[in-house]
Parts: sequence; structure tokens; C-alpha cells
Amino acid sequence: MAHILFFLLAFVCVISVLGMIISKNQAYNALFLILAFACTGGLFALLGAPFIATVQIIIYAGAIMILFVFVIMMINVREGLPPEKKKWTVYLSIGVVVVFLVELFFAVKGTLVPLGTAPVEHAATPANLGRILFTQYLYPFEITSLLIIVAIVGAIVLVKKKEEQ
Amino acid sequence: MTDVFWLIPFLPLLSTIILAVFGRKLPKAYVSFQACFAVLASFILSVISLVGLLQTGQEHYPLVKNLFTWIQAGSFKANLSLQFDPLTAIMVLVVSGVGFLIHVYSVGYMADDEGYKRYFTYMNLFTFSMLLLVMASNLVLMFVGWEGVGLCSYLLIGFWFEKHSAANAGKKAFIVNRVGDAGFLIGILFILTHVGSTEFTAINKAVAGGLLGPAVITLVALLFFVGAIGKSAQIPLYIWLPDAMEGPTPVSALIHAATMVTAGVYMVSRMSFLYTSSAISGQVVAVIGGITALFAATMALTQNDIKRVLAYSTISQIGYMFIGCGVGAYAAGMFHLYTHAFFKSLLFLAAGSVMHAMSGELNMQKMGGLRKYLPLTYPTFLIGAIAIAGIPFLSGFFSKDAILTQAFASGNYFVYGLGILGAVLTSFYMFRLIFLTFHGKERLDPIAKKHIHESPPMMTIPLVLLAIFSILAGYVGLPAAFGKNLDWFGHFLEPVLRTGHTPHLSMPIEWLLIFIATSVAVIGIFIAYIFYIKNPKIPHDLVKKFPFVYKLLYNKYYVDEAYDAVIVNPTIKGSKIVYDHFDLKVIDGAVNKTGTSVRFAGKMLSYLQTGLLKDYALIFLIGAIIVIGIVLL
Amino acid sequence: MIPLSYFIILSVVLFILGTIAFFIKRDLITQFMAVEIMLNAANLAFIAFAKASNSLDGHVIVFFIITVAAAEAAVGLAIILLVFRQRKTIKSEDIREMKG
Repeated sequence: MAHILFFLLAFVCVISVLGMIISKNQAYNALFLILAFACTGGLFALLGAPFIATVQIIIYAGAIMILFVFVIMMINVREGLPPEKKKWTVYLSIGVVVVFLVELFFAVKGTLVPLGTAPVEHAATPANLGRILFTQYLYPFEITSLLIIVAIVGAIVLVKKKEEQ
Repeated sequence: MTDVFWLIPFLPLLSTIILAVFGRKLPKAYVSFQACFAVLASFILSVISLVGLLQTGQEHYPLVKNLFTWIQAGSFKANLSLQFDPLTAIMVLVVSGVGFLIHVYSVGYMADDEGYKRYFTYMNLFTFSMLLLVMASNLVLMFVGWEGVGLCSYLLIGFWFEKHSAANAGKKAFIVNRVGDAGFLIGILFILTHVGSTEFTAINKAVAGGLLGPAVITLVALLFFVGAIGKSAQIPLYIWLPDAMEGPTPVSALIHAATMVTAGVYMVSRMSFLYTSSAISGQVVAVIGGITALFAATMALTQNDIKRVLAYSTISQIGYMFIGCGVGAYAAGMFHLYTHAFFKSLLFLAAGSVMHAMSGELNMQKMGGLRKYLPLTYPTFLIGAIAIAGIPFLSGFFSKDAILTQAFASGNYFVYGLGILGAVLTSFYMFRLIFLTFHGKERLDPIAKKHIHESPPMMTIPLVLLAIFSILAGYVGLPAAFGKNLDWFGHFLEPVLRTGHTPHLSMPIEWLLIFIATSVAVIGIFIAYIFYIKNPKIPHDLVKKFPFVYKLLYNKYYVDEAYDAVIVNPTIKGSKIVYDHFDLKVIDGAVNKTGTSVRFAGKMLSYLQTGLLKDYALIFLIGAIIVIGIVLL
Repeated sequence: MIPLSYFIILSVVLFILGTIAFFIKRDLITQFMAVEIMLNAANLAFIAFAKASNSLDGHVIVFFIITVAAAEAAVGLAIILLVFRQRKTIKSEDIREMKG
């Protein structure tokens, strides 16, 4: 049952990313990406991380992609852009990527072992996550909150139009 | 009393440093005072030390004062330590005494020169180096002094460096000296490996104890003698001394008559135990000295420049000193060094006085009859000439006679013959000089004649003092013929100089030798009288009859030209080739290429920065690949 | 259960696809989206390893990554907007100020 679910989700994810690559329309790109994020959220749920899955859907697929869509709306590009003209850069990129792929496979070779089942106490429930977040990882938590404030203020300051003289 | 001796070199050193640093700002009168006073102070200290030395017993010789450890590398140790013994005492007295008189003379002679203060700085530096040389108690420190006097010689010969001939003469002196110094240095290295220390006392013990094999002793003795040949201008390294006359006349007097060129003789005497232990090296020294004595005397016969005649005369006289050392009569050699210092510097200073009077003219053919105009210079010059010719009762007679007698007594008849021949020529060319310059018809240039004047007292007083010494100095070492044990000089030096067995001659033979020496001197004077006073046409006729001989002598046997062709020019050509092919192309090329290649690399790297986001991302990716690759492997 | 290797392979594939997308596309916004894909792939790997090693650290890291990605998206998009206002273009080739 889980396997079928996994393969379905994985398949849809990969297909939508491919679609994002192929499509030239920016709005379509954004939509494909939303689909990909949703599938990823499902995968997280499969991996026994309900909280993370929910956060993924809400924030990634929900907030971030909405931001993207807004910006795409504001920057009203009529036609899409054709792919690269210069051929040699394309080939170089493909070559590098292939090398990278091979390397990554070598890197993860050692992990190809079966997963075990998790004992229930360490289940990734929000309660557990919250406990660890506020004890062990308190500093990163606080600093990240500062980071968010900075981001908000920065974004507003950056985009504010200058006052007319 | 004796403990002050180690200060002797340091007063001139202090004066040098003060003059070198502050010289330009100090007034001229003070510079003269300080320079002369430093040397005078050294002389006074020398006298005090001598008195103290005479009071200490012989078993304490030499008195050593170790100032500090200078070099310590592994098992090799060289200290800055000075010693004082009879041999050193004589040298120190001569150097500081004669040096002081020459400094005073220079105050008058160099009065109008622009480089006045520089001159006295160099003179004091020279005095320090020479004192260091004779007072060193080990070979390494002596070598320091040795090189120091070589350097000062270069600086002072090329004192008027804007003149090409002077600059070249300075270079020549230094380079030829260097050849000798190489031999000296190799000798020091041999001593070091075989004896382990360069202290004279240690070497003495090693030789006496039989630590060194005969081959080693001979080799070392010959190597040291090579150094002496260079410094003391013997054959084949004498060529620098005649050219050195480009320097100021007091320099010629001090360095190239009284002190530096005698450093070789001092060194051989200091190493006397080496030369007596190896009969061959003694022979080599004596023969080379004898050949040089005769050879240089022949070249002096035809020169027209007063200073050149005196230069060849110096080479010849030093040859006599080496004859003395070579046959084992080191005391006689040192005695001649001591008397020669007085009359040779007197001759040079008097020549300077003549030059001063004649507004810079030195060619004898343009002089004549000067004794009317130079009432003080003429008598002193004459006294110097009589002394060097070896006329009895002046100092030169006693010392030259001592050498020749010892040469005869030890069976070196060949060398004795060379010495006698040389004596004839010596008196001949000296009196040729006197007659051409001061007697006879006047061949003066009219403009020069107008300005003739006797030199100021600053210059003539040293002349008079040196003349007095030239007469009296010999009386400290009377030969055995005059009475037993009157040779105070030789007796004084006995504890230091290990002479071999000196054979004693019978009284009649001693008197005969004295008679022969005196008569050859008189014969020389007489022939000169005939040639230049009685019948002045004879020299011209001889030149016409034997043009080849005259040319050979006048051009100094073409030795300089031979050296040029065989050694100097090939070296210059070779170095030019190396310069063109190696220095310019390889070394300069490497340096330039480094610069251009760095610039090239920078340019190539700048192509990476295109400003495009994607290219930068690509580089990130490549970097990530490399890092992961390293982690994986 | 589902083997860990499947998730890892999937993560690698997604990452590679994101890289390809970054190099192929020529407009800034899509390139930014490709970056988000890469981040996502990393998240997947983290959660998978967290499950395999039975710890919650992976979850915490993913939590922070998502947060930071959100902040970064906000600021990045603001910058893209500004660039568009200045240059009237979002083609990444036209922005070459950092040349040299």
C-alpha cells in the first residue's frame, strides 16, 4: 500500500518538475511547482513527519508560491523566453550535471539499506518537535525569528517607491 | 705596563669611525689634529708596551689578550685576541712611528685637496688594519687585517678616482692582491684541518711536536708565501705596485714602502717555524726574493718618473728582505724591513716635496740642478739615497750587509750573487736619480721654474726626522765584525724567530764580505757619476747601440702586456659572453617572465568573471563537485 | 517499509532536475523557482535520514530550512521586482554589472 503511494507521489513529483522545465509560460511554471510541492508534502507524510508535511503545504505551497504568483502577475511578461542560443553552454552544463549525478550516486551508495520502523516515543509529533525545539535548539529558533523580521523589513524597504519630490 | 698594548689598534679605529660619520661637518683643522693624534697616541702606547715587554721575562712571550670569542662554529673557534711580543713590537713601532710622520706630512701635502677629510679617514682606517694585522694572535684575525690593508690600498690608490688611470690602478692592485690572498686562505684552511686551531702558539706547538708531516708543512709554507708574493709585490705578482704610484705620494710612502708591502715579510717571519722546518720552502723564498731583487733593479734603470724608480726600488728591496727570511736569517730580514721603512718613506716624501716644488712634474728628464732651489729637500733626499745604496755607517748598510752575510754563510751562493749584482744596480739607479734631478744642467720647463719653492715646514720637518733615523736606526744591530754581541736587534728577536742553525763565519771572511758590499755600492755610484755628470753622452750612445735592450727594460719586459693577453683579455671576453647569453637571457629573462606570466594568469582568470549569474552558479557547482569528490575519496 | 534508498534516489533526481532547470532557463523568476526545487530535494533527504536514524534532528533542520527559504523568497522576489523596475527586463543575461 505504502509502496504504491510512494511511487505515485514520486512519479507525479518528477513529472511536474519536468513540466516546469519544459514549459515556457511562467504561470504554468508556478502551477507545476505547486503540484510538486504538494507531492513532496505527501512524501513527508509517508515518512512519518506529519508536522513537517503540514508546514510544507501551508508555507511552501501556500505562502511562497503565492508570492511567486503575485510577482509573476506584476511583472507581466507577455511571451516566454526561448531556451539558450549558444549551444556550447548547454553542452557544458549537461556535462557538469552528469558528472554531478554520478558523483551523488556514489555518495549515497552507502545508504541503500532498508528503513526500520520507528519506536513510538520518538514519533515526530508536534509535541515532541516543540519540546526539542525549545530546549536543544533554542538559539537557532530565536535567531531565525530575528531573521524573519529582518526579511520582512527588508522586503518592504526595498520595494517601497521613493517619495515624489 | 704591558696591559695597555691591546688598545693600540683601537685609537685609529675610533678616529676612523668619528671621521667617517661626522667628517663632513668637522672643521679641517680638527680633522688633521685628530687623525695625527690618533696615530701618535698609538705610537706612545707602543713605546709604553715595549718598555713593559722588556721588563717581563721571556717565558711569558707572547703576551696575549683575548678580547672576545668572535667565531664559534662547531669545533672551529677564532677569537678577537691580540698579542705582543718582540716581533710585533718592532712592527707596531714602525707602523705608528713612521705613520705619524707621514700623517703630519700629509697635512701639508694634501692641504689644497678637495677630498682632504676622506683622505684622513682612509689613512686612519689603514693604520688600524695594519696594526690589527701585526697584533693578531691568530691567522683568521690576521687575515682580516690583511684584507683591510688591501682594501685601504685600493681606496687610497684610486683616491683621485675621477682619473681613469688612478681608478684602474686601484682595481689592478686589489685584484692582483686577491690572487695572493687565495693562496693565503687555502693555507689557513690546511692549518685548520691539520692543527685544529689558527692561534700562532698552537701552530708553533704542533710543528714543534711533529704533528704535521713534512709535505703538509711545505705545502702550507708555500701557500702562505703565495699570499706574501701578492701583498709584497714579488715576482710574479708585482705588477700592481708601479701602477700604484697613481695615488698621492704620502700614500705611496706609507703603504707601498713602509708598511703594507712589508706585511708579507712580517707574515713569513711570524711563521718562521714553518719555513725552518721545511728546507725547500726556505729555498723557494730566498730564490724568488733574489730574482725579484735583481729583476726589479734592472727595470728601475731606465725609468724617467721619479716615483716609478722608487716603486721598482721597493720591489727590489723587499726581495732582499725575503732573501734574509729564506736563508733562515729572519732577524736580518726584519732588520732590513725596519731600516727600509725609514729611508724608503723618506725618499718618497722627498720626491713628493720635489713634485710639490715643480708644480706636479715628476719626469726626471725635465729636471736638473734643483739643489740650488731646494736646500732642505736635497740633503734629506741624498741621505736617503746613500742609505739605500748601502754606504757604511748609515742604516741601510748594516741591514743589507746582515742579509748578504747570512746568505753567504748558509751556503746560498747563487742568491748571494744575485744580491750583490742587485746592490750595484741599486746604487747606480738611485744616484742616477739624484744626479739627473738635483745636479747637472737645468732642463726645467720655464713655467715650472717660476713657481719653484721649498716645501712648508709641515712637510720638511718629517723629512728631517726621517733622515736622522735613516742614519741612526742601523746602530741597534751591528754585525759581528764590529764586536761580539752588539747585535741588540737580533738578540731582541731571538725568542720569537726560530732560526735554523746559523753558521758562524770567521772574522776575516766577515770583513771581506763587508768590503765587497761596500765596494759594489761605491762602484755603482761611480758609474752613475760618469754616466750622468762627467760624460752625459754615454747613456745616449748606449741606448743607440743596444736599442733592443733599452726597449725591453723601459717597457718593463712587456710583462703587463703579457698578462693582458694571456689572462686579462680572455677573462673580459669570457665574462662578456656569459653576460650576453646567461645574465641577460636567463636571469633577466626569468625575472621578466615571472612578471609577465603573473599578469597573463591574472588576465586569464578575469575571463571567469563575466557578470552572468549562470556562470557563477556553474562555478559553484564545479566547486561543490570537487569538494564532494574529495570527501568521497 | 519503503527502503531508504528509494527516497534518496528520488532526492538526488529532484536535485539534478533543479540544477538542470537553473542552467537552462533564462529568466530570473524561473531560475529562482529552480532553487526552491533544490531546497526541497534537500528537505526530502533530511527527513528520510531522520526517519532512518530515528532522531528528530532532521525534522528540526527542515523546519529551519523552510523558514529561511520563506524569508529568502520574500527578499529575493523584492530584488527581482526592483531589477525589473530598473531594467524593464528579467533576462539574467542582461544583468552583467559584476563583470570583470
